[in-house]
Amino acid sequence: MSVPLTLLGLLEREPSHGYDLKRDYDTYFGRGKQLPFGQVYATLGRLSRDGMVTAGDAEPGDGPDRKRYAITEAGRDEVDTWLAEPVEPEPHLQTLLFAKVTLALMLGKPAAAYLDMQRAAHIRRMQELTEVRRTGTLVDVLLADHALFHLEADLRWIDLTSARLAELAALLKFPAGKNQPARGEK
Amino acid sequence: MNSPVMTRAYLIEARDVAKSFGQTPALRGATVAVSQGEILAVMGPSGSGKSTLLHCLAGIFSPDRGEVWFDGQRLDTVGEAARTKLRRTAFGFVFQFGQLVPELTAADNVALPLLLNRVSRRTAYRTAGTWLDRLGIPDKGSNRTGELSGGEAQRVAVARALALGPKVIFADEPTGSLDSLTGEKVMDLLTGLAREAGTTVVIVTHDARVAAYADRVVMVRDGLVSADLGTIGAQVAAAKAVR
Repeated sequence: MSVPLTLLGLLEREPSHGYDLKRDYDTYFGRGKQLPFGQVYATLGRLSRDGMVTAGDAEPGDGPDRKRYAITEAGRDEVDTWLAEPVEPEPHLQTLLFAKVTLALMLGKPAAAYLDMQRAAHIRRMQELTEVRRTGTLVDVLLADHALFHLEADLRWIDLTSARLAELAALLKFPAGKNQPARGEK
Repeated sequence: MNSPVMTRAYLIEARDVAKSFGQTPALRGATVAVSQGEILAVMGPSGSGKSTLLHCLAGIFSPDRGEVWFDGQRLDTVGEAARTKLRRTAFGFVFQFGQLVPELTAADNVALPLLLNRVSRRTAYRTAGTWLDRLGIPDKGSNRTGELSGGEAQRVAVARALALGPKVIFADEPTGSLDSLTGEKVMDLLTGLAREAGTTVVIVTHDARVAAYADRVVMVRDGLVSADLGTIGAQVAAAKAVR
């Protein structure tokens, strides 16, 4: 799970304060594990240093940081590249893929096409592993089998998610990419 | 109309093929091409149209629209007699169930298509024996196929498809009724022996593990060939290599 790129993706919707970003991150991607404020601000600091975001002047008020952050053109490019690039086909990538699919839908980007790219990367890896099974020793075969079963499970998730994209988009309530996401809690 | 010359690069090709059953469209303009010696997997969810595409490619169904080409000639416009002849001589079939005659022995089942093609009895049974041997079941020739295990029966089906020396084998969910290990043995044998013989194979499957045996994988969705996963996969790999 890439926290910097996910925060950057959330910023592509609209300029936001660190607090809002943390809240949205926890709502959509935290899965019960909250992102510490310290990590949010440290990440935003690095993104700002790297030219991915700009930080506005501090606004008056309470709280640790009242700066409003906005994504730069370089930041948008970074998000686009990340979303369009298939994840390395390895077991246990659902969380990262889930984040990519959710962000793509939020930003009105082609989530279905990204899933197709991912499916292609998976199939290709499965073809390589099948070749290993054909030519390898029994140990190679057993290790390849283990990887194949995990990749197959990922693929089933990809297929199911492809079939449920419209449902997920509706849940996110982002028909025009502008509305605020529904918040489960304050 | 496209000239036959354009089809020479491919052994078998569907162009913009549509096929409906009553009011229900199964294919809505599917296009796919398979090269000589290539093993192609056609994936897709239930009801996507993948089996209908295979049946159109094999000349079992006539498309409502579009063209099917085989070896430089239109398959969809030739008469039924010519298509039946092609199915007997140039095509082999492996289905999930039911293609074997249960009352006949394994050797009879493999020899049957050869006998129908007027191969002498002696040659047909010798060839059947050779193929049963290659499929790892040399001692099952005299068993009735109804008495064989699922894996053994499917090996007989593969032997029967290959014994004819077809140009194309069409396989529809060839491991659908088998457990994982047996299914993989059947896929190893089917694809290994087809590669050895230079036979083109079109496999329809919903199973990614089966599809991974193929050289190229395409997806069928809502009656269309929606993504060529082999090509996309190669692009992804190439893009990574450049970086």
